[in-house]
Amino acid sequence: MNSILLMTLKRLSLGVITLFVVSLIIFSAVEILPGDLAQEVLGQTATPETIAAFRHELGLDKPAISRYVSWLTNMIQGDFGHSLANGRAISDLLSDRFSNTLFVAAYAAIIAVPLALTLGILAALYRNSWFDRIANITTLSSISFPEFFVAYILILFLSVNNSFFPSLANISDSMPLSEQLYRTILPAITLTLVVVVHMMRMTRASIINVLASPYVEMARMKGMSPARVIVFHALPNALAPIINVIALNLAYLVVGVVVVEVVFVYPGLGQLLVDSVSKRDITVVQAASLIFAGTFILLNLIADILSILSNPRLLNPR
Amino acid sequence: MFTFLSSLRTAPLSAQFGILIICIYLIAMVFAPWIAPYGETEILGSAFEPWSSTYLLGTDSLGRDMFSRIIYGARNTVGIALATTILAFLVGGLLGIVAAVMGGIVDQLLSRTVDVLMAIPSLIFALLILTIVGTSTSSLILVIATLDSTRVFRLARSVAQTVVVMDYVEAARYRGEGLWWIIRYEVLPNISSPLIAEFGLRFCFVFLFISALSFLGLGTQPPLADWGSMVRDNATLITFGDITPLIPASAIALLTIAINFVVDWKLHNASGLKDE
Amino acid sequence: MTICEENLTSETVKQDTQADSLLTIRGLKISALLDSGWGEIVHGVDLDLKAGEILGLIGESGAGKSSIGLAAMGFARNGCKLTEGEIKFDGIDLMQASEKQKQSLRGARIAYVAQSAAASFNPASSLIKQYCEAPIKHGLMSSESAEKEAIELYKKLNLPTPDLIGFRYPHQISGGQLQRAMTAMAMSCKPDLIIFDEPTTALDVTTQIEVLSAIRDIVREYKTAAIYITHDLAVVAQMADRIQVLKDGNTVEIADTKTMLSAPKEDYTKSLWAVRNINREAKQQSVEDDYILQLKNISASYGNGTQNVLHNININVKRGQTLAVVGESGSGKSTTARVLTGLLAAGEGEILFNNKALPLNYKKRDKETLRHVQMIYQMADTALNPKQTIGQIIGRPLDFYLGLKGEKKQARIKALLAQVDLDPDKYISRLPGELSGGQKQRVSIARALAAEPEFIICDEVTSALDQVVSEGILNLLDRLQKSLNITYLFITHDLSTVKAIADEVVVMLQGKVVEQEKTDVLFAPPYHEYTKKLLSSVPQMDPNWLDNLLKQRQQERNQS
Repeated sequence: MNSILLMTLKRLSLGVITLFVVSLIIFSAVEILPGDLAQEVLGQTATPETIAAFRHELGLDKPAISRYVSWLTNMIQGDFGHSLANGRAISDLLSDRFSNTLFVAAYAAIIAVPLALTLGILAALYRNSWFDRIANITTLSSISFPEFFVAYILILFLSVNNSFFPSLANISDSMPLSEQLYRTILPAITLTLVVVVHMMRMTRASIINVLASPYVEMARMKGMSPARVIVFHALPNALAPIINVIALNLAYLVVGVVVVEVVFVYPGLGQLLVDSVSKRDITVVQAASLIFAGTFILLNLIADILSILSNPRLLNPR
Repeated sequence: MFTFLSSLRTAPLSAQFGILIICIYLIAMVFAPWIAPYGETEILGSAFEPWSSTYLLGTDSLGRDMFSRIIYGARNTVGIALATTILAFLVGGLLGIVAAVMGGIVDQLLSRTVDVLMAIPSLIFALLILTIVGTSTSSLILVIATLDSTRVFRLARSVAQTVVVMDYVEAARYRGEGLWWIIRYEVLPNISSPLIAEFGLRFCFVFLFISALSFLGLGTQPPLADWGSMVRDNATLITFGDITPLIPASAIALLTIAINFVVDWKLHNASGLKDE
Repeated sequence: MTICEENLTSETVKQDTQADSLLTIRGLKISALLDSGWGEIVHGVDLDLKAGEILGLIGESGAGKSSIGLAAMGFARNGCKLTEGEIKFDGIDLMQASEKQKQSLRGARIAYVAQSAAASFNPASSLIKQYCEAPIKHGLMSSESAEKEAIELYKKLNLPTPDLIGFRYPHQISGGQLQRAMTAMAMSCKPDLIIFDEPTTALDVTTQIEVLSAIRDIVREYKTAAIYITHDLAVVAQMADRIQVLKDGNTVEIADTKTMLSAPKEDYTKSLWAVRNINREAKQQSVEDDYILQLKNISASYGNGTQNVLHNININVKRGQTLAVVGESGSGKSTTARVLTGLLAAGEGEILFNNKALPLNYKKRDKETLRHVQMIYQMADTALNPKQTIGQIIGRPLDFYLGLKGEKKQARIKALLAQVDLDPDKYISRLPGELSGGQKQRVSIARALAAEPEFIICDEVTSALDQVVSEGILNLLDRLQKSLNITYLFITHDLSTVKAIADEVVVMLQGKVVEQEKTDVLFAPPYHEYTKKLLSSVPQMDPNWLDNLLKQRQQERNQS
């Protein structure tokens, strides 16, 4: 039990360190900005006095280290500073949008994960059958589609040609859940289509990889049925890679929504990020990047820890 | 080359199809000025003209010929992606092999750096950096190549590690060979096939990535024709049931499918996996 | 009409006389997917097995013995298929049987014991759970009675703490114990037939004895028929009632064990028997204290240096002689070789080469020193770069150490190839992948010779090769030593190799030197205690060897 605890703690602290380094990178990215931030925002016409005042307001006249420390401590306390573009508190801008993003990502995940696992196991079980071949061709094709292509095709067929679903996913908190689910169904399907094939392919690959091992051959020699061989002998040993694949794709869902949000004009964090990038609203970009990166790191961390926990050698030490 | 052609004859249909498509794209890239009826940035008529014999695929939001821009788009979109992938491979591949061969502190240093860079989702990282350095073609190539080289590093390092533990590498070390000899003559020839396959996959990824950035308005800058931004600029047509904006999108998809088919065939060959 | 009936009855009578025949294989052909496409690897083999009989299938690598063993279960590995012939198990035609039918036989009536028990147990499940799986799923027992029987069998197989050991996981117990647990698992449904596929090959000799005797006792007690597959004649002599010798997918000879050992008919069989007795003429004694290499008080450890794997090693090697270092896995013999080369820098101690201290780390040694101490690896497959031609492989040390270029280099490469008995013009531009195992090992030798060394370390150079091939390699090495006056350090676990080639022997155990002796002294009494155990554990061709040994050990135990 000790070694598991130790490895988990190690992973956790590694995750915290990574988060810290990432925050440092995101912060210093702005520091290496060529020229002066205040000048950049206020434009060439600004007088030296207004620039100086603005610099003071942003705290740019203080040394970088103290700015980083206060930026980070504020972040941790939930104060993300103010938007350069319109002066609004970033935390207000972010909170709704982040939960919207999580909502659509979770929506897609609930459809995608069980679907991908089932299909992956089936493909491994019936490998080299017509089912597997079709799955393989579909997979290869669909990882080749840009997300916006998938999204627009769905809009064309399910929204424009046949008005099953709305093409704009504008939701608000006041709507009932069913209405929210209905309006976000197209973005959710798009995301599902994007991740499901990858997940399925990896599930299939990790199971087949295990199927080649001597203990699976042994199970067959014991006269076990193919289904039992897969479920009891292959799957438990393929868990770690599968968990990693799921986590990778969940992380991708949270981040990959950016493009999908833009297509469906969905009020999420990604849309905000893209808008802020084009407005060069750096404080908002920083905050949004940090949140995205944090989610991404957290998901990978969870996957790592789960796959440690699923390793029988570690669970039952000598 | 000859052996490649003869192996192509026995290749599965999907791979042959892939090769054919790639060839068509290459022709479009090279001969763009001769194939395209109009110039890349020429404004010809009014916005969103329908398909006709003058404008094969109609015109875009500024009245430029869609068909011509799709042809030219091959140059920009594919060209940038190719340059980026090559750069990413040179940097990431070399460092990955060096890390595997040298091991120890060099490996630790490089690997931890890459771990941190990979901890930030690449789209987000790219957006952040592009906000700061601005979106020019060269910064686009540099930023994406840097981000992508981390993935190449990971792969190169892990495949090189399987070779580095081989006795023949140890024998070379023990003979007293230098780093360059080991990289060039002992390791590289033995990892070239997975690296080539990865090159195909990475190219697809970079290609899709740049298209996504362009689609978000942050990739290739106007007035250069680029498939991603062409989809974005003309997206409104879709709400009227016009499929024109889907054509550049499907041009992206088709090329990636083609490459994936070829890579899949090559990987299948290289891995020595045989049909059960 | 009557004639037909008569024929029929005579048929039935004939079948009745064969009623005790459990397994008959007729004209079995197996194809495998090779690099060049499907190729036949077994060309029409017949096999008969009576109930309760133990048949030894013996052959060198590529003989098709494993494929035939698996075919007895109606099973073909991935990339193999049973193309022709008849496999009848207790009247059931396994070539025609449905997958379902075969499933119901496997585990229940025909069981399998694999070579590597460590890899063949599911790591995610306890031993007893895997034991019980077959009896429960085949509907033979409830889980309680299966567990009870498991513990009973564990006891019979002399596993420690039989009540508890089943609840442990495969990675928690040792290789020899795992192999016995796998035998127990194979017995779980009291099958009619068990296929043993090289069950002791991966084990050390001292462990092998325990597993062999456990397997034999249990098979005899339950009167289970068995096919015992191995490449080791001495092992099969202990186990089998009858031996079938295979070569390249054909049967060479079948006879009962005694006859086969005392009077083999076929030349191939005789040659297999013969290799066990290579003898070489004794070397003239070299000057008493002319040591080429001395290891003094060497201690070494892997990783962060917390645990020593070598403890205070002292070894002296005389010039022009062969010193063998023997020991079981984990004895530190390979580590000794690595320390000597400097690939693993020793933590403490001194290495003297020609009475001069060598830097402990190879990176600090000069080119000249590196040139004089060459190494030949166990696995020629991984020791030769698959992307370089034989000419490039042998040419590199010529170029690197001796500065030979162009014509001169080519001529020298050819001379070296001729020296190791490979046709220069035929092999110089080939890739290692096109060579057989023995040929690759010859290329490795040529590469070592190219450096014109004084000293060569041979790390288990013959253990991956078949007996006949390894005899050739040993003879070659011996010949080269005489003509070039090279000193060898031989790392090996195989005592017959030691006898064949060594002038002196160092015996190692758990990272320490047990003794260093002249070969003839070591192999004659009085023995050192561990050396005695090691020597006596090596299987002998005498079919009664195992019985006698066990009896003798029992007596000794009783006395003490």
